[in-house]
Amino acid sequence: MSDGIFRRVAIAGNPNTGKSTIFNALTGLRQKVGNYPGVTVEKKTGKFFSSHGEAMELIDLPGSYSLQVRSPDEAVARDLLLGRIAGVARPDVIIAVVDASNLDRHLYIAAQMLELGIPVVVALNMVDVAEEHGLVIDLMALRERLGVPVIPMVASKGTGIIELKQAVSRTPLHKPEQRAQLPIVYETELAALGKKLPYPAETARLEAMLLLSLDDTGLAEQCDPAHRADVAAAQARLRTHGIDPLAAPVDARYDWVAAICTAVIHRHGEDSDGLTISDRLDIVLTHKLWGWLAFLGMMTAMFLCIFLVAKWPMDWISAVVDAVASWTKTKLPDGDLQSLVSDGVIHGVGAVVVFLPQILILFFFLGLLEDSGYMARAAFIMDRLMSRVGLHGKSFVPMLSSFACAIPGIMATRTIENRKDRFVTILVAPLMSCSARLPVYTLMIALLLPAAGLWEKAGIMLSMYLLGIVAAFGMAWLFKKTLLRSETPMLLLELPPYRAPAIRGIIQRMWERGVIFLRRAGTVILALNIILWALLHYPKPADKSAPESERIANSIGGRAGKMIEPAIAPLGFDWKIGIGLVGSFAAREVFVSTMSQVYDVTDDDKDKLMDRVGAAMTAEKRETGAPMFTPLVCLSIMVFYVLAMQCLSTVAIVRRETNSWRWPLFQIAYMNALAWLASFLVYQGGKLLGWQ
Amino acid sequence: MDNAPTPSEPLSTLQPGQRGKVTAIVLPGASRGRIMEMGLTIGATIEVVRFAPLGDPMELKVRGFHLSLRKADAAGIQVARL
Repeated sequence: MSDGIFRRVAIAGNPNTGKSTIFNALTGLRQKVGNYPGVTVEKKTGKFFSSHGEAMELIDLPGSYSLQVRSPDEAVARDLLLGRIAGVARPDVIIAVVDASNLDRHLYIAAQMLELGIPVVVALNMVDVAEEHGLVIDLMALRERLGVPVIPMVASKGTGIIELKQAVSRTPLHKPEQRAQLPIVYETELAALGKKLPYPAETARLEAMLLLSLDDTGLAEQCDPAHRADVAAAQARLRTHGIDPLAAPVDARYDWVAAICTAVIHRHGEDSDGLTISDRLDIVLTHKLWGWLAFLGMMTAMFLCIFLVAKWPMDWISAVVDAVASWTKTKLPDGDLQSLVSDGVIHGVGAVVVFLPQILILFFFLGLLEDSGYMARAAFIMDRLMSRVGLHGKSFVPMLSSFACAIPGIMATRTIENRKDRFVTILVAPLMSCSARLPVYTLMIALLLPAAGLWEKAGIMLSMYLLGIVAAFGMAWLFKKTLLRSETPMLLLELPPYRAPAIRGIIQRMWERGVIFLRRAGTVILALNIILWALLHYPKPADKSAPESERIANSIGGRAGKMIEPAIAPLGFDWKIGIGLVGSFAAREVFVSTMSQVYDVTDDDKDKLMDRVGAAMTAEKRETGAPMFTPLVCLSIMVFYVLAMQCLSTVAIVRRETNSWRWPLFQIAYMNALAWLASFLVYQGGKLLGWQ
Repeated sequence: MDNAPTPSEPLSTLQPGQRGKVTAIVLPGASRGRIMEMGLTIGATIEVVRFAPLGDPMELKVRGFHLSLRKADAAGIQVARL
């Protein structure tokens, strides 16, 4: 091949079968995460070398239980296997990973792979667990029945990796000859329909089967009108034979698998109906009382780590950023360039990079929950609440992730099958208070109740988080009723056995996410910060000795603040806060540093920045002489930050994930309208009640 | 209660620990396909393991693995109690 790749290997399997462990064991660190052309599904590939030293490409297939698709992930897996993606050839060989301890179920996916006409190697993983369960698998008989190589493995211990590599390196590879047998009339219809379809002979049978499996709505949505009548006629003929076009292939595969299992699996030792460790754990973890306590305990532990443990690395990053900024100040001459580099670029990007530890910790925990099998239980417990507003238990994870940052949260919606539910989740995810709002809340609470104890402060902080949650659920309910009206999606969720998580794999995935985040900080956010810097520095005042605050008042950003003042005055905000709001569109956390520039707090002692800004803001007076930052104004600002859409990075991600500008623009409009309305009610309502 | 033996009933009426054999699946096409591909085919044996803490969804055991399904969807699966 032209790119020096000898063979392209796809790896498929149900979740929780050790597929990613095998992927990591084969490729090591030679991995690449990209995107499939035109869609937002992650494409994970890796490189490894065959037993003879040729370069091989390994493609991690996203999803999936079947070729009948529900989610964008599954669509990509299907399209790749069927050769539907333009410019991407079908793989040369497929590794089908199956869980040896539950062949009855997992051989189903292997049965489907055998129908593709591509050579298959079955990776029989977790043979140790099968042995513990008292199962003995007759490998010779299994190989003979499936007609393809079967490699027994314990991927978590590295057992069988070499043998697997040998099996996919062999030349020639044989196309499978065995597969589940369909009724003869069904095969006849497949052959006839297949000839009419514009697909190559080797995939036509499967394409025909996918069409015959559709119901009327599916046909209307997914089938080319030119073939609709043929498909419907074939379905009708099958029904007159008493054959259900959808059920027949599924039944045939499961029957075939069941027959194989009876022939190759021998049970010995005690009855396998006894309670496993996993069953015992579930008795506690899904218990009416203990289940909730465990759930709350785990979530609390996660947030404590995100907020407390991340504090140290965040302080170190801040210190490094400040040191680099000071260093550039000594190296560069005074002037615009120095200001741009140190204030615009270094502090601007630093303000975002500082959140890396929180994002890494969040992904570490999510990986731990996912890998151990607990995530499915969390969805199981939460589904009742989520379905109240018309969402799926699976929407819970993206919403939870959004507490750290809406961006990973929105990326995590890819596992939601239904497009409308996915979009509803994307629309409301940024209402969950992300970590970038934290500095704003901290500053405002300090101003609001300077003398308050820790518990009172924590209480206000918690109520801001609760406001975000209530708003997210309320809006989700509203969208499900109106704009993205659809039935509550079906929940069909596997509760896999609990397993010890593979820490190495989790750290690797965590790092991949971190790199994606850093790459964005280095590109989009960098550009935004330069723009923001320019907005706050140009045009220059004629009088060079003018104080910083006057310079800002005169800048484009300052004028923008004044321009929006009439709109935000009913919320209790003046034009200076307006600048903060405008600046926050680059990233919310910029509010603190923008305020520092607006109130002319330029001090090299950055450690005390927050305190100094607070002191300056406390001293700030309205034209009437009354203090500017009354408790009511502080509350109004916080409420605005809870609900407003101010993060351009999120806008960019929403644009990418929804593939249109319509949704991000709508999101900006509704969230900011909501924020304005809520702040208006807080401020005006508070004034009516005689509060300050 | 009616004493006459009922040949089949909705899966959602089974209590934890009870088992049944699937006799019919009456759900929209896409949902039916998914349920069957997960192994809940006609003739498969299902055991109800438990209900979630808030009473819904339910946890089922089928073909040696655990699966969660809402009662509303489970109502579309007819089973003959074993």
